Amino acid sequence: MSDEQSYQAVMARRPEIMRQSIGLNYEQYATGALAFDYERLLGDTGYDIDRVREVQARTAVGNTPLVALENITALLRGLAAPGKGARIYLKDEAQNPSGSFKDRRASLSVHEARKRGYAGVAAATSGNYGAAVASQAAKAGLCCIIVQEAFDGRGVVQPEIAEKTRACEAYGAEVIRLSVGPELFYLYLRVLEETGYFNASLYTPYSILGIETLGAELAAQVKALTGCFPDAVVTTHAGGGNVTGTARGLVKAGAVESEMIAASVDLTGLHMASDHDFNRKSFTTGHTGFSMPFTTWPDRADVPRNAARALRYMDRFVTVTQGEVFYLTQVLAELEGLERGPAGNTSLAAAFAIAQTMEEDQIVVVQESEYTGAGKHPLAQLNLARKMGVEVRRGDPRDNLPGRRIVLPEHPAQVAVSDIDLDRVRRSYLRNAVAALREGARLEPVDLAFLAAETRMTQSYVEEVLDEMRGTQG
Amino acid sequence: MVERAAKGAWVEIHGVVLPAGERAPQVPDDTQRLPLEMRVKGFLVAAAAVGDTAEIVTVAGRRLHGVLAAVNPAYDHGFGAPLAELLTIGQEVRALLREKGGVR
Repeated sequence: MSDEQSYQAVMARRPEIMRQSIGLNYEQYATGALAFDYERLLGDTGYDIDRVREVQARTAVGNTPLVALENITALLRGLAAPGKGARIYLKDEAQNPSGSFKDRRASLSVHEARKRGYAGVAAATSGNYGAAVASQAAKAGLCCIIVQEAFDGRGVVQPEIAEKTRACEAYGAEVIRLSVGPELFYLYLRVLEETGYFNASLYTPYSILGIETLGAELAAQVKALTGCFPDAVVTTHAGGGNVTGTARGLVKAGAVESEMIAASVDLTGLHMASDHDFNRKSFTTGHTGFSMPFTTWPDRADVPRNAARALRYMDRFVTVTQGEVFYLTQVLAELEGLERGPAGNTSLAAAFAIAQTMEEDQIVVVQESEYTGAGKHPLAQLNLARKMGVEVRRGDPRDNLPGRRIVLPEHPAQVAVSDIDLDRVRRSYLRNAVAALREGARLEPVDLAFLAAETRMTQSYVEEVLDEMRGTQG
Repeated sequence: MVERAAKGAWVEIHGVVLPAGERAPQVPDDTQRLPLEMRVKGFLVAAAAVGDTAEIVTVAGRRLHGVLAAVNPAYDHGFGAPLAELLTIGQEVRALLREKGGVR
């Protein structure tokens, strides 16, 4: 390896590689030591929601059906107190061209790459997003390279990612499969530099604006069916794009009162960069291994300023266990005739529990589904889990222990959510923000206003927490 | 017998991106002890045997070198055996619905 290709040398060239591969100068949006103009970053792309719809319609992305989950609603009403039990609808995003809502995110990036004359697009992703970028690139006539974290040190491939490799290759993309480790990003930078391709990052403004149509569509669909906007929307939460884009779309459709609930699979105790833990997670996305770090510091992403800023948009943040999600995946198949997921059913598991606490005349929307298939299925995940020494059994889901034990509920009444204390999340965000300050930099009023918007709190809350933190440090 | 592949065959090559011990500082110990490995598929530029150093052209047109690891590698991911833990869930919830007035 030449010195120019060493880890340190490539990482040092990151800002320049990013500028070339996204064609966006993020520095122009800085307004303070930490603050930047988020709305202008999104607005300068020139895509309003009607324009996004137009671009997506060209590749048959979006306009997915909203399905009333009548049998699941009846089941949860049988468990709820009298008068309780909201009606559940599912936005069947699996019906997008590559099988998930990620087509919405990929569509604008690929459209933009083509418009600006890039020869190809690249993305660092082991999930549905890779298939989405590959599908969109195929239609646009662009080359495509997907970089995946795919197998552990023993060569054992995570089956869901194996399926994504196959799908990307089916769409004509080159897939680079790596073993476990965050240095995937280093290799990704090398690929961007070598090819000059567009970086179809999950965290650019294009990726987030592409999801706004999802929130707007589901708001309009619920309104048309029932005369009201949904009372709550439950979103599977990982990197933050799904929560951010959906919430923004809801607001644009006028559904300003809908409660935005973020739901993740609890993977507490498993390390995301650990080779040992890699094939013991049983979930490749929608889990706390992404959602906690990205909610408490979104700018850890592969772009200088992450356009996915979930803490600005969530009203509530809950977790469910692995076993509960697999359980609801099976219930969805057998009661509603919809074989979907499994990771996308995280929000379904959470909605199933939350709906029981809501009034019978209320409406909760499970905001996405994803395609299922070989590898991408509870059977594939649970068989792998057993092979890796993880116990799989029926029982009380509270006994679920990530990496050790997957417990599928014995009864649907055992399905529950755990609330994450948003105040702690906000404090953690503010700690990370202060740590990100350049040496000697001071927070100006513009930064305090920015932090208030970021945490969705008042400026005096921010000042109070910052004072407390200074006190603890002093 | 070592498998050989003809020029133009669809193959996978294997390479080490970062050797063990030279991983990024934030990587935990178990990962640190392993190399960062890479596998990429493409068309073989010249006939070679599995285990040889070989050159491929990927579908994106990149020329890459690595150790020839597999010839026409299969997609062998699947579902695996049915699991008792999943088999009865449908019956259970349908029975609950019947108690409460039936599936609509």
